[in-house]
Amino acid sequence: MKGPLSLPTISLSSAKDERATTLFQPPSPSQARRIARQNAQFGPLGSQSHRYSSRFEGTDFPEPIEDSPPYYFLITTYISYLVLIAFGHVRDFFGKRLRPEKYRHLNASNGYAALNSDFDNFYVRRLKMRLNDCFARPVTGVPGRYVTLLDRKSRDNNETFQMMGTITETLNMSSYNYLGFAQSEGPCADAVEATVRKYGMSLASTRGDAGTSDLHIEVENLIARFVGKPAAMVYSMGFVTNAAAFPAIVGKGCLIISDELNHASIRFGSRSSGAMIGMFKHNDMKSLECVLRDAISQGQPRTHRPWKKILVAVEGLYSMEGTMCNLPGIIALKRKYKFHLYVDEAHSIGALGPQGRGVCDYFGVDPSEVDILMGTLTKSFGANGGYIAASKSVIDKLKVTNAATIFGEAPTPPVLMQIASSLKIISGELVPGQGEERLQRLAFNSRYLRLGLKRLGFIIFGHDDSPIIPLMLYNPAKMPAFSHEMLRRKISVVVVGYPATPLESARARFCVSAAHTKDDLDRMLIACDQIGDVLQLKFSSGIAGGADPLPDGLTNEMEMEHRRWMRENGKEVVVKPPRWRLEDVLKRGVEDVKAPLR
Amino acid sequence: MDLEEVQAHLRRLYADATTHFQKMPGSAILLRYIRSSYQNDPVRSAFELLLFLFVIRYLLSSKYSTKKENKVRLTEDEIDELVDEWTPEPLVAPQTPFEENVNEKSPVIVGPTGPRSKLSNGKTVTNLASFNFYNFIGNEALKEKAIQTLRTYGVGPCGPPGFYGTMDVHMKTEADIASHLGTPACIVYAQAFSTISSVIPAFSKRGDVIVVDKAVNYAIRKGIQLSRSTIRWYEHNNMEDLQRVLAKITKEQASKPLTRRFIITEGLFENVGDCVDLPKVIELKLKYKFRLILDETWSYGVLGRTGRGVTEQQNVDATEVDMITGSLAGPLCAGGGFCAGSEEVVEHQRISAAAYTFSAALPAMLSTTASETINLLQENPEILTQLRDNVKAMRGQLDPRSDWVKCSSAVDNPIMLLVLKPEHITARNLSPADQEWIFQDVVDECLANNVLITRLKTMPAALGVAPKDQGWQPQPALKVCITTGLSKKETEKAGVVIRHAITKIMTRKNNRLSQTST
Repeated sequence: MKGPLSLPTISLSSAKDERATTLFQPPSPSQARRIARQNAQFGPLGSQSHRYSSRFEGTDFPEPIEDSPPYYFLITTYISYLVLIAFGHVRDFFGKRLRPEKYRHLNASNGYAALNSDFDNFYVRRLKMRLNDCFARPVTGVPGRYVTLLDRKSRDNNETFQMMGTITETLNMSSYNYLGFAQSEGPCADAVEATVRKYGMSLASTRGDAGTSDLHIEVENLIARFVGKPAAMVYSMGFVTNAAAFPAIVGKGCLIISDELNHASIRFGSRSSGAMIGMFKHNDMKSLECVLRDAISQGQPRTHRPWKKILVAVEGLYSMEGTMCNLPGIIALKRKYKFHLYVDEAHSIGALGPQGRGVCDYFGVDPSEVDILMGTLTKSFGANGGYIAASKSVIDKLKVTNAATIFGEAPTPPVLMQIASSLKIISGELVPGQGEERLQRLAFNSRYLRLGLKRLGFIIFGHDDSPIIPLMLYNPAKMPAFSHEMLRRKISVVVVGYPATPLESARARFCVSAAHTKDDLDRMLIACDQIGDVLQLKFSSGIAGGADPLPDGLTNEMEMEHRRWMRENGKEVVVKPPRWRLEDVLKRGVEDVKAPLR
Repeated sequence: MDLEEVQAHLRRLYADATTHFQKMPGSAILLRYIRSSYQNDPVRSAFELLLFLFVIRYLLSSKYSTKKENKVRLTEDEIDELVDEWTPEPLVAPQTPFEENVNEKSPVIVGPTGPRSKLSNGKTVTNLASFNFYNFIGNEALKEKAIQTLRTYGVGPCGPPGFYGTMDVHMKTEADIASHLGTPACIVYAQAFSTISSVIPAFSKRGDVIVVDKAVNYAIRKGIQLSRSTIRWYEHNNMEDLQRVLAKITKEQASKPLTRRFIITEGLFENVGDCVDLPKVIELKLKYKFRLILDETWSYGVLGRTGRGVTEQQNVDATEVDMITGSLAGPLCAGGGFCAGSEEVVEHQRISAAAYTFSAALPAMLSTTASETINLLQENPEILTQLRDNVKAMRGQLDPRSDWVKCSSAVDNPIMLLVLKPEHITARNLSPADQEWIFQDVVDECLANNVLITRLKTMPAALGVAPKDQGWQPQPALKVCITTGLSKKETEKAGVVIRHAITKIMTRKNNRLSQTST
């Protein structure tokens, strides 16, 4: 601050005379509307205390404890599915006789086999149809902090929907908008507008032909620098990035060892590569080591020739579980077993680590330890497409052998500019401070909501710092009920069940964003609290966290020490199921988030 | 005395057990069953008991694999040793000289793409390598519309279509395409290249039959590979051969249960440039009861009076084709792909096509741009005729004027593929690799004269697959893309440059051929 001498012309007394007595100028209606619109896309930070930065310290990355519900809920879940299936068959029995025209597409007719088999279609027709109104809800506008739903209703039990012509603005707990870059205003949108004016909408070519522009080179350099790899390349679709990368690096005589919960795109890519595919249990290092030892010692099936190469493919952050890969564990195995490592950072890039640089940043691992870092640009950056970052020689080879480069359309200029400007904001080159705020708000919000839900007594999966928060519902009928109750409170959530998850563990999934404010999360906690009571969802046993605060003077370490002593002496450790009152959750949340969650 | 006590105790025990047994629900049924099954034949009862015990043992036994285990038993130390010994190949093989050359020379456009583009080496070139056929990229009205969309929707949709990623603009684009083509419904994918590779496995499963043209593009090949269906090929665009294959399959499968059967072909072939004979394919498909998947990636927005593709050009009702896939990223200068067909076909894809279900939706800006360009094609069909005039002008310079190459593309195709005439290939004994080198040199020579063209790119053989097992491979070709952004005169001028470049490379003394053939 400069001294008062540097402002000689402003006289306080004269200002007092000319202006109104209040310093506060109410915004004009149009200004107010604009601010409201901005805030609907990206909420203003309520308090500086609503920020946090998190990184994993230590050596052994602990598995998240998975709580399980009382047997009553598991049994009723199975019974529910049995009832649903039985009803489905009864309805089919009568439907096929009374209304055969509805089943025509499932039967062979006129010499053509049915396009969908009756059996495959049963789940879609009789189970998914019941909750179709919770899926693919059409939206309009920016999917930021709020998302605007186009209201629709169905008169025929979700077979068809009619648009009602009205809209509902809901709190958005469903979009992968981790850093809140889904915005139609601000530095990113301005840069994109300028780019559209200069470059037009497309390059109308593949990267292999004439689809490489200076923008691509700039974005690729930015990404390489951001993730800490020598080179990178961008693609116009995240799915295809994986689908085309695997066939370009592995083939016959190679082995892919894949986490059992890897995304469909990795499976799609692995299957089309022609390599053998092995699996290991989700995030289980012992299982991975077992598979590796077996693979290396036995070699290829039948011939027992050694594998040409082994590629281990994992995700940084799993989108249905909210768990992170155990990168330190995998790197330790990599040193011993010499496999190549492919980490899909579709969800973790931007969302994890103090600088938002993904799992490597979060674990403090040197990115050079990972052979290929793949990620998508859809989620944290509010753009579209995917990237692959690796050493220069790998990228150069991929440029000429990767189908998505040779045949896939080049990413478009507006998308590239969105990536470039959001990356620059995150790294602080553009609007210094804003990127940091986004990262810290995301870390705070993720922990705050997770802790609050655990304290209320819900079963929550995943690691503490993950912005993906799955709340377990179990019974299938609770999926639509939860979604409808949330919608009634103007909150959009995603519910997922079989086949995206195991049969019994249907869940609601919340995606936290930096665009959310603490008030939004409190609103979420209140809604969950009410719905949890109505739907009987508070059944955690307490082993996975949400415990009462420790008395003054005690620390977490002391408690751990005490527990270990108890266990060693054969005494039973009593775990109290957490059922906090809502007021206490809201009161204590902000400070407790910053300590290790318990 | 003791004995008596024991007897009494036993009797009591027996009585207790009987009453308890009788109290148990279903005990009467069990007794009745045993009595009726006994039939004065203890062997029979013993046998049943044996069966019962076997079932229990079977249920309690652990699962076993039916695969024959072919494992070598090794001790932990031996495994450690093997682990230490094993050295994997590097992640990727080093680049071949040809690949290095391609990478080094790939052009980088600075600023916007247009009929004249500036390259990173400072040159301004005539761009005949982009699919910017109608110069939509430079269209200011489209830019305005895109910016409006940006200011309402932002850039990315931040989610897959199933989870709040479906926007009203996507629904509009789907409706626009469907009404343009004349199909009941349409679904928009986020990328054109991945569309057909996902559509095929969504419908065709193991056991189904797919009949494919030999020259189809890489995306279709991937799609049929992933479908795990039975695949039969027919000679490129040879309708007699198609009929022969169809008749053969119908005969073979006559006694088997009915499976889904598909014919897959392209509108304009990416690898050859020629056009399918759609009426004949439809006739055969109806005769043999196959479904038709038509990939119109290169014909939608190009063929027909208003760019509706092969169906419009050859007067076929689009509903006769079961699935039409196409691109919004090529001639339409937006992004994404689509699949049009009946309601059932489209709805099925919304939950079972991998690239739709598991991928983020198309950015709103690209969706509205596609809607706008479809509109432009319908409102100004004269731009299509203008394009065809330019194609004709270019053809006049190259085929049959050039002594060395001929154009394998259909007359209306703005992507002109120029292949070496067979007599030169046989006379000089040129391998496909030699031809690739020649064409790369022609591309470089054209670039030196400020004309940007490209080669037909092919996928290298998959890792671990010998080149001879690759199947049909396209003939190396030059790729020249015509645009209405250039006048007829400018197009002809560029044509002259290309022709001279070909002649120069083909007549030069020290060709690189000796290097590659060794």
